Amino acid sequence: MADVSSSTNTTPTDAATARPGRFKEFWRYFKENRGAVIGFYVFVFFLIVAIFAPLLAPFDPSSQNRAATLVPPFWQSGGNWTYPLGTDPLGRDMLSRLIHGARYSFLVGTVVVILAATGGILTGLVAGFAPKWLDTIIMRIMDIILSIPSLLLALVLVAILGPSLLNAMIAIAIVLQPHYVRLTRAAVMTELSKDYVVSAKVAGARLPRLMFVTVLPNCLAPIIVQAALSFSNAILDVAALGFLGMGAQPPTPEWGTMLAEAREFILRAWWVVTFPGLAILVTVLAINLMGDGLRDALDPKLKRS
Amino acid sequence: MSLLTIKNLSVDFDTAGGMFRAVDGVDINVDQGDILAIVGESGSGKSVSMLAMMGLLPWTATITADEMSFDGIDLRDLGPMARRKVIGRDMSMIFQEPMSSLNPCFTVGFQIKESLKIHLDLDRAERKKRAIELMELVGIPDPERRLKAFPHQLSGGMSQRVMIAMALACKPRLLIADEPTTALDVTIQAQILDLLADLQKETGMALILITHDMGVVAETAQRVQVQYAGQKVEEQEVRGLFSDPHHPYTAALLAALPERATERHLPTIPGVVPGQYDRPQGCLFSPRCKFADDKCRKTPPPVQPPDLGLARCHYPITRQEDVA
Amino acid sequence: MLRFLISRLLTFIPTFIGVCIISFAFIRVLPGDPIVVMAGERGLSDERYQEMVEQFGFDRPLIVQFWDFFTGVLQGDLGTSFVTKRPVFDEFFALFPATLELSFCAIVIAIVLGLPAGVIAAVNRGKFFDRALMSSALVGYSMPIFWWALLLIIIFSGNLGWTPVSGRIDLLYFFPPVTGFMLIDSLLSGQDGAFTSAVRHLILPSIVLATIPLAVIARQTRSAMLEVLGEDYIRTARSKGLAPPRVNGLHALRNAMIPVITVIGLSVGMLLAGAILTETIFSWPGIGKWMVDSIYRRDYPVVQGGLLMVALMVMVVNLIVDLTYGLINPKIRKR
Repeated sequence: MADVSSSTNTTPTDAATARPGRFKEFWRYFKENRGAVIGFYVFVFFLIVAIFAPLLAPFDPSSQNRAATLVPPFWQSGGNWTYPLGTDPLGRDMLSRLIHGARYSFLVGTVVVILAATGGILTGLVAGFAPKWLDTIIMRIMDIILSIPSLLLALVLVAILGPSLLNAMIAIAIVLQPHYVRLTRAAVMTELSKDYVVSAKVAGARLPRLMFVTVLPNCLAPIIVQAALSFSNAILDVAALGFLGMGAQPPTPEWGTMLAEAREFILRAWWVVTFPGLAILVTVLAINLMGDGLRDALDPKLKRS
Repeated sequence: MSLLTIKNLSVDFDTAGGMFRAVDGVDINVDQGDILAIVGESGSGKSVSMLAMMGLLPWTATITADEMSFDGIDLRDLGPMARRKVIGRDMSMIFQEPMSSLNPCFTVGFQIKESLKIHLDLDRAERKKRAIELMELVGIPDPERRLKAFPHQLSGGMSQRVMIAMALACKPRLLIADEPTTALDVTIQAQILDLLADLQKETGMALILITHDMGVVAETAQRVQVQYAGQKVEEQEVRGLFSDPHHPYTAALLAALPERATERHLPTIPGVVPGQYDRPQGCLFSPRCKFADDKCRKTPPPVQPPDLGLARCHYPITRQEDVA
Repeated sequence: MLRFLISRLLTFIPTFIGVCIISFAFIRVLPGDPIVVMAGERGLSDERYQEMVEQFGFDRPLIVQFWDFFTGVLQGDLGTSFVTKRPVFDEFFALFPATLELSFCAIVIAIVLGLPAGVIAAVNRGKFFDRALMSSALVGYSMPIFWWALLLIIIFSGNLGWTPVSGRIDLLYFFPPVTGFMLIDSLLSGQDGAFTSAVRHLILPSIVLATIPLAVIARQTRSAMLEVLGEDYIRTARSKGLAPPRVNGLHALRNAMIPVITVIGLSVGMLLAGAILTETIFSWPGIGKWMVDSIYRRDYPVVQGGLLMVALMVMVVNLIVDLTYGLINPKIRKR
């Protein structure tokens, strides 16, 4: 097993400076994967755009210019440099809306991952340490949640909680959470049978210490990979909810919501549809590239794939 | 005319750390009805030369040879299509791990009949009949029922018998057995070796036995070829080799046989076969050879004449000298 | 095999009951009064409210309500739609063939393209084909399919005019549904051009729906193949003189299929989630669109019943996948 503790054991030179050594080793593996590095740079680029959105955006994302509706991008005839990527049906600047949209995507990704991971890891730890009956009940519940298509479940939850960005995030977090439970529980199960856990028990470690200090750090590698994957899933799903009118509400410049607003113009103004979707695709692709790189770097056993 | 002639075969692998020569100038000669044993430690390139001949090496391998012919066919510039007509039919191979060498998803019968189907012009009933014949030939009881078995239902010995049956399906003229008994229990090892020897006698095919076990060699082979670090270091008739080894490596291998031990402790050969990065300059065996001097370490040794077992050594051992 | 089957069936029962509880609980336990939500902004009188509470049985204890619901489910009674006043069960089965037809085409596309793509990538590991295929697979995997659908509509319906934008068949053709599958019904109707029209309507939605499963299957096939290609029995197969297509396509793929089958099963869940978006965009009259419309209309009996039926379908598919798994993996079959 390629757990973190044994990987430091195999490189005794790093043992003295365990932390930086381990990170350096990780970075070396990660750098090997060119796609992952590109994904990382794109991710950082979008992150900067999201952070400095108000400074970067030429216009207010919701200010309407009735004189300039559906202006095409600058390279098409009729387009101009005032609105480099054109305007939407209400005369709002596409570029500014896209830049502000990045904020929502990162917000969504971060909040959903934190919610889902915290809930999932705690439940998974409990399931892994719990007596068999409790474990069975928890895992059955997770099976049930997983048997309902995620987007449908999220839709129903949002419909009942009321459509808003926050409720969409909560719904997606609930839907993604069983994956963390399964992953954590499986990792805990493998770790529990190892000698270092037994020795910690013999040394008299209490249950909370055993769970969070002894076992959890060694289960983190697959959870980090899952976090990257669910970050991109969250962005996709919340955008889908927005597209269905069940996520962020107009005039929020959320990419999915922008697509929903633009739908009826698809055959007349391709740019109002193309750019928000492209932004979603590029962000998600960058995160997935990073996720693949993370998986290869953190789990050399999976390096084959 | 000999059945298989290989002259000056070399195989290089393109690895992350540069080219690595796994087989270095090896000659192999096998006649119809011969049993040749190729002996050497792990990593001495025994299997690689055979896999090269069968065309089973990955694309990272570069194969060069002055001559490589089987039954009059030049194997060097044989296209993949033409090669596939030869391998599995006239020349077949069995491997070290019988349990993992059979495909777990298909029945034993399917895997035997598959060889018959692609190489021979038989109909379904004939193929089945031949498969049952083959299973009987390799000593599998209740063959008709066993044809329907999946590999995981068979023991290791049974699996190796199936592998042999599969290899013999098209009555090959040459069978290559790559460490056929290494993964098996000791009692089964003897059975499989006897089976191979009997089958060889019955069919008159040639047999190349790759092994690291001198005991296996003594029991089965007629002629022995000793390989070290990709080179052939000695070749002799089995009797001659055991009584009068010429290369220090052969002598050391023989001394390591338990039957020959004269002291309480079994003599071993210190060190390991050189790898990619620690290849010596002169004789490849010099770092481990107790007779080595400066000449051995500096200059690659010549190949001695046949009466000295073609030994690749500056100072071949002769009977007069004291071997110990 | 029989024991495997029975033990698998036994785990089905608690999951089924759990799904019943969840779909029942949603509208009753979660915050928000469904009747008020249903009435929307118009509001409703106290008498009407009382009437609806009774109609729903919300005035009775939860456990009694659940028992009624559960026994109803077992008898195939999922309640009646507020909007159409038809039984939810009948509506589901009237619309299910449309979703089934679409999903079937999508999964066929995903398998027919995804398996070979994965095999080709694995066989050419690290070379141009591998990189090209796996990059495309990652793009497909990251695709927001609602946008992908719009893009395809712009290109193929807008610019090229090759495919229709919505529906299952041209309004020119009308015939009573026999099987519910448009491809079959249009053939049976014998009307000229009906079948081609049905096919043309089906193409874009199927491609959109197939995109993510296709990418997932291709990626999984590649990694499973890479693992299998290093096995001893592949060397044996090659030593028998088998041609590469037979070695890779039969000996290797058959073993690589074992994990791939699991992934194909999981993609059915993805398909149903994708069907919600695809059907909405292409106005495809199937379960996905039905559910979304019911959610918009606050048609709670349909939401509750539909959720249950969809979950049931996913569970049945997972069951079938597990049994197929048993068939393809002899180690389970012969036990």
